[in-house]
Amino acid sequence: MTTPLATARSDLILFGAFTLAVLTMPIWLVPLGAGYPDLMQKFAIYGLFAIGFNILFGLTGYLSFGHAAFLGVGSYTAVWSFKLLGMNPVPALLLAILLSGLFAWVIGFVSLRRTGIYFSILTLAFAQMCYNLAYSVLTPITNGETGLRVLNSDPRALDHLTGQGVVDGPLVSNIFGLEMNGLPGFYFCAVWLLIGMYVSIRIFRSPFGLMLRAIKTNQTRLNYTGISTRPYALTAFVISGMYAGLAGALLCVTDPLAGAERMQWTASGEVVLMTILGGAGTLLGPVIGAGLIKYSENIFSAFHEQTLHDIFGFLPDGVEGVVVSVAGLFVGEGWHLTLGLLFMVIVIFLPGGLTSGVRQLVQMARRSSGGSGRSGGDAGTAPQAAE
Amino acid sequence: MVDFLNPSRRGVLKGGAAIGAGLAAPTIFSSQAWAAEYLNKPTGDTVTFGFNVPQTGAYADEGADELRAYQLAVKHLNGEGDGGMLNTMKPLTLQGNGVLGKKVAFTTGDTQTKSDAARASAKRMIEKDGALMITGGSSSGVAIAVQSLCQEAGVIFMAGLTHSNDTTGKDKRRNGFRHFFNAYMSGAALAPVLKEAYGSDRKAYHLTADYTWGWTQEESIKNATEALGWETVEAVRTPLGAGDFSQYITPVLNSGADVLILNHYGKDMVNSLTQAVQFGLRDKQVNGKQFEIVVPLYSRLMAQGAGENVKGIFGSTNWHWSLQDEGSKAFVKSFGAEYGFPPSQAAHTCYVQTLLYADACERAGTFMPCGVVEALEGHEFDGMGNGPTLYRADDHQCFKKVLVVKGNENPTSQFDLLEVVQEVPAEAVTYDASIFGGELGDCNNGV
Repeated sequence: MTTPLATARSDLILFGAFTLAVLTMPIWLVPLGAGYPDLMQKFAIYGLFAIGFNILFGLTGYLSFGHAAFLGVGSYTAVWSFKLLGMNPVPALLLAILLSGLFAWVIGFVSLRRTGIYFSILTLAFAQMCYNLAYSVLTPITNGETGLRVLNSDPRALDHLTGQGVVDGPLVSNIFGLEMNGLPGFYFCAVWLLIGMYVSIRIFRSPFGLMLRAIKTNQTRLNYTGISTRPYALTAFVISGMYAGLAGALLCVTDPLAGAERMQWTASGEVVLMTILGGAGTLLGPVIGAGLIKYSENIFSAFHEQTLHDIFGFLPDGVEGVVVSVAGLFVGEGWHLTLGLLFMVIVIFLPGGLTSGVRQLVQMARRSSGGSGRSGGDAGTAPQAAE
Repeated sequence: MVDFLNPSRRGVLKGGAAIGAGLAAPTIFSSQAWAAEYLNKPTGDTVTFGFNVPQTGAYADEGADELRAYQLAVKHLNGEGDGGMLNTMKPLTLQGNGVLGKKVAFTTGDTQTKSDAARASAKRMIEKDGALMITGGSSSGVAIAVQSLCQEAGVIFMAGLTHSNDTTGKDKRRNGFRHFFNAYMSGAALAPVLKEAYGSDRKAYHLTADYTWGWTQEESIKNATEALGWETVEAVRTPLGAGDFSQYITPVLNSGADVLILNHYGKDMVNSLTQAVQFGLRDKQVNGKQFEIVVPLYSRLMAQGAGENVKGIFGSTNWHWSLQDEGSKAFVKSFGAEYGFPPSQAAHTCYVQTLLYADACERAGTFMPCGVVEALEGHEFDGMGNGPTLYRADDHQCFKKVLVVKGNENPTSQFDLLEVVQEVPAEAVTYDASIFGGELGDCNNGV
């Protein structure tokens, strides 16, 4: 066990480095072709989503396959708040967090009676139920496949009160006149990501976090010692649901449109992929995983034959044709294939995710230089949930 | 354990200062100069178009064909290949050397037939690749979502395959244009033919894809057929991309309806039609009449997917490759030479839209969205496959001939699946722009 002081300092360094990296994204992402506002907003928002998911999955080991439902609830709440209250994102975010938390409490209350695969199936079933409801019965609230949008004819009570009710151009969420698209939108999301990260660090290091980790390690033993674990698990579930709701609301703040496809099981699966890819149970892992998946979704899917010809143009003609046609399978519409391969490689060779890979490299470097280095600041290096 | 929940005053101050400095730093970047007079003004020797099509999902086949058409259009614009419709388009100001002297480059994206993904992809094109015009879409939900995004961002949206009345009705935008026909036109064109073939005393049952396009098509077809004297027994909504429609088709048998109207498109239509035929609907006699199926919006790609089942089934379409006018022949010839098979209606409308946009830029003498909007509004052209066509200024909708088609009973080739029954003239499908409501608003240059 490391000394408390060392942990505190290393956490501060970690958070500082993270803050710096997030806020300078518009600079260092440019050479990677990802330095444009929309993608950076997605990085921040899905990073937040994954951080929240990690509090449940990484700490307690409960694998929820239905987190997209909370994302959807957050989105719809935010858009309804825009429609009824006004385009200010603050009430939208607060309401979204509140409602998704409430929603998570209900679903968690039922689902957490089971563990392991049964829990996963229950959450999956709830999420699919929400998705199908949004498409069918709830169309008056959700506007179905078309998606819910803010219209000029909506009440927007607060806007009208403050005299901003009549808007000529498009309706964009704004905080005291600062419009939440482009770079300001990204920084707004980034601030929330940082707050989310800070809270996550706090939870990881708190007695509560320790209890959650104990649930993951051996829930039966905890039960035998007379501790009721369910309230702890439920709290973790609600917290991660609130993170998801916040992420969903931020999606709508940057782009005021909510669609039911956000609740589809593929979206729930995506956040599981993000967390595992980056490293479940680590602080940074989920954010890195989220970034990686959103990057490949947006960048690889945009490659087409012409781009490939440009990249491989230096090869001789015959070889170039072959290389381009093979590489063509993995980009454009085939980007899922790339992602699948990457996922397989990581799960097989680095079960602890990318962050554990980095840690192994660091340790290897230390060992070769002779020093017996202290293990990194992150806790919870156990590769997988034991559930 | 660390006492994390009670941070020291010193720690809070230090942290606050750090966060404050961090937040202030980025304002350096957000103040970047907006010197250009419009968003993404091309500075190099190329101009970028964004082709945003579904490459996965229920409309993937259409999306793939659209992309082929776009690439062909870019070739022709840059003066490569045989020029296609550039030889027949009237009036024509394009020189065949790109647009306004700049070569056309393009970027592609996958809409996944989801509004979210489509908007993310379009944003990437605008923000990263500097696209001046976004085009594509095989779903009206997506088209409307992307159209409003383009309006907000300040680029032009040239709608691809989108058939909902809302695209140029309730949700029309000043920066968005549609060449494709809509559900209202389908109803207006189909109704007389249906009356002639099936009589005026019919009971119809609708299966409708549950989103904007399905809703408006159901409404338009309902209005058109009820005006004939048909009765609508029931209209059931089905989720987009349902795959299995058997649970929706079984009730049709016992509903007393004698016509099934499938407001489906793409793979949905292929599946629902195939299943309806397998369930033996077309062999039944109801109310003393032969049971019939109608597919209001038809495409050759769908007919290909549904195979034998389309024989004798009526529908409407925007364009068909067997048309014998000069424009269609030129397009079919160069598309066939490039890819080895004839183009679909989706490919046609996308190809035409790209050319129309390029021509409008050339005529306007600028890529500035407001200039292009002005050049396209009220523009009349010919030689693009549907006869003389008007881009109506009131709602940015094209008015041209609509085809009523029927599944070919004796196809002579694997592409000869639809037979053109009637070419309904533009006057017969023209309507008052105000009936669908909506506001175009002002054009947006994005600055």
